[in-house]
Amino acid sequence: MIRTTFVAAAVLALAAGPAMAQQKTVKIGFISTFSGPTAVIGNDMRNSFELGLDHLGRKLGGLPVEVIYEDDTQKPEVGVQKTQKLIESDHVDFIAGYIWSNVLLASLKPLVDSKTITVVTNAGASKFAGELCSPYVFSTSWQNDQTPEAMGLYMNQKGVKTAFLIGPNYAAGKDMLAGLKLTYKGQIVGEEYTRWPDQLDFSAELSKARSSGAESIFVFYPGGAGVQFVTQYVQAGLKGQIPLYQVFTVDELSLPRLKDLAIGIPGAQEWVNDLPNETNKKFVADYIAKYKLRPSYYGAQTYDAVGLLNSAVLAVKGDLSQKEAMRKEMEKADFPSVRGHFTYGNNHIPIQNFYLQDVVKEGDDYVLKTVATIVKDDQDRFHDQCPMK
Amino acid sequence: MAAPDRLWRRMLYFIEQCLNGVQLGMLLFLLAAGLTLVFGIMDLVNLAHGSLYMLGAYFAATFAVLTGSFVAAILLALAASLVAGVALEVVAIRRLYGRSHLDHVLGTFGLLLFFNELVRLVWGPAGMTLALPPQMLTAVQIIPGVYYPLYRLVIILAALAVAALLYLVVMRTRLGMLIRAGASNREMAGALGVNIKLLYTLVFGLGAALAGFAGVMQAPILTVQIGMGENIIILAFVVIIIGGIGSIRGAFVAAILVGLIDTVGRAFLPDLLRHALSTNAASTLGPALSSMSIYMLMAAILVFRPEGLFPAASR
Repeated sequence: MIRTTFVAAAVLALAAGPAMAQQKTVKIGFISTFSGPTAVIGNDMRNSFELGLDHLGRKLGGLPVEVIYEDDTQKPEVGVQKTQKLIESDHVDFIAGYIWSNVLLASLKPLVDSKTITVVTNAGASKFAGELCSPYVFSTSWQNDQTPEAMGLYMNQKGVKTAFLIGPNYAAGKDMLAGLKLTYKGQIVGEEYTRWPDQLDFSAELSKARSSGAESIFVFYPGGAGVQFVTQYVQAGLKGQIPLYQVFTVDELSLPRLKDLAIGIPGAQEWVNDLPNETNKKFVADYIAKYKLRPSYYGAQTYDAVGLLNSAVLAVKGDLSQKEAMRKEMEKADFPSVRGHFTYGNNHIPIQNFYLQDVVKEGDDYVLKTVATIVKDDQDRFHDQCPMK
Repeated sequence: MAAPDRLWRRMLYFIEQCLNGVQLGMLLFLLAAGLTLVFGIMDLVNLAHGSLYMLGAYFAATFAVLTGSFVAAILLALAASLVAGVALEVVAIRRLYGRSHLDHVLGTFGLLLFFNELVRLVWGPAGMTLALPPQMLTAVQIIPGVYYPLYRLVIILAALAVAALLYLVVMRTRLGMLIRAGASNREMAGALGVNIKLLYTLVFGLGAALAGFAGVMQAPILTVQIGMGENIIILAFVVIIIGGIGSIRGAFVAAILVGLIDTVGRAFLPDLLRHALSTNAASTLGPALSSMSIYMLMAAILVFRPEGLFPAASR
């Protein structure tokens, strides 16, 4: 008796299978940092992802969406575990997120092996753009070297003759300094890598920069470390003496804490909140209205991931088994992006503009403004090493 | 002429890096002094000491917003840290006396987690900043050719003042006499009519105020954030082991030693290694080696002088 019940249930379940597939939800795994001092970045990404879904009526290509947010705690070993969990036990259709280059590099193998369509919304390790590129992995951000390359070009324009470089000792830190060195034509008088992420006091490095006699300092410190670096740089009385040039250090997340200290420190970025396109205006205005905060580039890139995934699901009319068709559609980058239209290179890294941005005080608010376009339609220099054509 | 001039500049640079080391050492001393008092006198392993440091920093940032004055914020935060320490002792720490060290570690580790969550609930996850008054944002010339950030100089001087004050309290006052009596023989001190319970509360409160003071002083340099005390407390434990548990003088000397080794190592090791290795390998190895050197010193002390550099009177 019991056995027949089981058999009947199994038959029923089998019969119900195809019918349920029609009602399927799109399951998305989202990996970012939601605890510890860099949780502000993860929160900005989650806020933007949620806002993107709101704007699409919480549906992708007409299918209802379920998002599973996972915290990588900024550690590669945790990131890879969470990635495996999303693939193997949650059976997600897509994965998005990843702030940190080292977390992404650790998590890349399970993503590629399982052919999970993935949208990386920040990390841009050089290997990931080159030899480790994958047909199923896309980026809505950049390759790490690109932004500092733009900064180097700007420093050439300014006629900066010597520079002292400081950055954290991990995958992205090395890429960033390498990127600057590629385009910057002046002399590099010193180069320091600091322990990451636990070194927060930069007194020794700042003393070194001062005594090197460099004309400028170039720096890359994402998240809270950026606040600490700039604060200590100003406290050391260096602001009037040695101008600071930065990438990913002064942003909408650090500005409310840096305030006046950040004024006059230029940066390079592929997205600025005042880019004059309709998608961007709506994104920024609705973000501020919903969260009472200003979105950062982390959020903007993540908002674009929603549009990109939506275009993929629309193209296959909700049949998520057609991975090949979905990734072909994604290669067109045919969706309204907050940075205006961009195209994909062979390695699935955007070919896009980079802008010069400056800090401006508006009433009690500190905001970033676009000053100029430093470079148009820039493609990363690792795409040659990517075997995909 | 060029060679001596270059040498002179290297010398000045070395002095500046030593000052950075002393500044870190002073911060470690403020933390280690409280830790070593509590450990030496009350025989309590307090892993939550870093939480008091974090609380001090949060108090200072909050009072700065409320009062708008930097100095008022520091003084109020100091008082609040003392009160928090006394309250913590009365409510929780008191139940741990006379139990094994494992219980101390478990209990105070629990408190550490509790404080992290408490801070998250009260102040939110984003962290805070304590802005310095604008006139502090400058470097002063201490000797010709050496510029040093004014605020870091203030930290060194303030910590030296606290060290002197602590020395006077411990060596010259009645309270200090009781503290020393408690440190050398708790039972005897109790038998002679010293109110050990009150003494413990006071010592713990004093330790909390010192940790809070360290947090207050560090708040403008680092951002005030959850878990900010966890890395630095490990260094503070290293300091009290090197200096000798229960010895304030030992903590002072060891803190400066550890601060100097860490900073000077960080500043010069990569350059030295660069002569032998590639830039990349040197800059990876340099910070790793300099942070390791502190622990190598600790290991050497444990082998050759297990009591530490300045053992407390009796054990």
